[in-house]
Amino acid sequence: MHEMSVALAVVDQVTEAATRAGDVTAVRSVRLQVGELAGVVPEALAFSFELACAGTLLEGAELVTEAVPGRARCTPCAHEWAVGMPPRLTCSGCGGTHTELLTGRELQIVDVHWEDGGPTHAPTREPISEER
Amino acid sequence: MCRVVDLRQAVLAKNDASAHQLRAHLAARGTAVVNLLSSPGSGKTALLERELLRARQRSVPVAALSADLATENDAARLARSGVPVKQVLTDGLCHLEAGMLAGHLDGWLPDDTRLLFVENVGNLVCPASYDLGETLRVTLASVTEGEDKPLKYPTAFGLAHLVVVTKTDIAEAVEFDEAAFRANVEQVNPGVEVVLTSARRGQGTGVLLDRAMAAADGVPVHSPVMARQSHHHGHTHADNGHTHAHPEATGPMAHTHP
Repeated sequence: MHEMSVALAVVDQVTEAATRAGDVTAVRSVRLQVGELAGVVPEALAFSFELACAGTLLEGAELVTEAVPGRARCTPCAHEWAVGMPPRLTCSGCGGTHTELLTGRELQIVDVHWEDGGPTHAPTREPISEER
Repeated sequence: MCRVVDLRQAVLAKNDASAHQLRAHLAARGTAVVNLLSSPGSGKTALLERELLRARQRSVPVAALSADLATENDAARLARSGVPVKQVLTDGLCHLEAGMLAGHLDGWLPDDTRLLFVENVGNLVCPASYDLGETLRVTLASVTEGEDKPLKYPTAFGLAHLVVVTKTDIAEAVEFDEAAFRANVEQVNPGVEVVLTSARRGQGTGVLLDRAMAAADGVPVHSPVMARQSHHHGHTHADNGHTHAHPEATGPMAHTHP
């Protein structure tokens, strides 16, 4: 049951982001992508999340989880398939073992819905061009 | 006002960053970590006792760290091999994290250690999600656990660089179907090596040490399909392995993603 550790990590990261933003007063919801192969049980995570939020800026925040199905692609024959659970990672077309996992390992915070001090801070939200 | 802010951060980014840092730090001093995952009672400790003795005979400087919820029994057993051993009690936590491991190594791990064996908490679910900065991840199952273990715990077996079967001396008595086990491993982790061992009879003793030494010497380890997901979000993801995460560089304003 490492979902509590996962929930605490989510709360920690959202709190950090909110602190950086400066004037966040409350977090309404957090959207997570949870891949089929991420090894996390969404129900256990939802339960843990509520506890982890208590007494923080995220108190009462809703956790919205988006399940991401596992998909794989065979490199030699280009066949694509849903891996299922338990996953089949050998090619269901040619039986090959050179497989590329396309989706299913996601465990990511997508976005956060929060309340802040108003539009005066809008200019600081311009992206900093670090990557391009 | 209310707004939606894109974060696009891997939930385990902090652990991944700590693991990456620990791997680099240990590599710089010539130490490689072997992370051992299995159910309780699979025979990790018995196998490890053999491997530590073998390492000592070969004059390879090794150390072992054993994590359990409670008791120091495992460390007491491993210490009989005469190599440095440390017991970590997690006080109920079901897994080790990279930052915790780094804290436990600080001031304890001898400088000349070539291999550090980490006996993770006996659990095939939670430890699988946490990269500890290991160079080699080994998942073990005993012949008594059933051939379908790899299918029941696909993340643990799917992310392994090496799979070890233990207690083969009683395989016949429990009607262990080796071919079925191998097929199930192949389904979740195509191409991974499966090694058969019996600590009691000495079958396969030394193979784990050989594979660990090879990995420590820089021989590329098996690359599991599950650890190879193609990524569309640059470097913020939670995969185990040789990728980095930079939680300090991500944030609501730090990046734009394609």
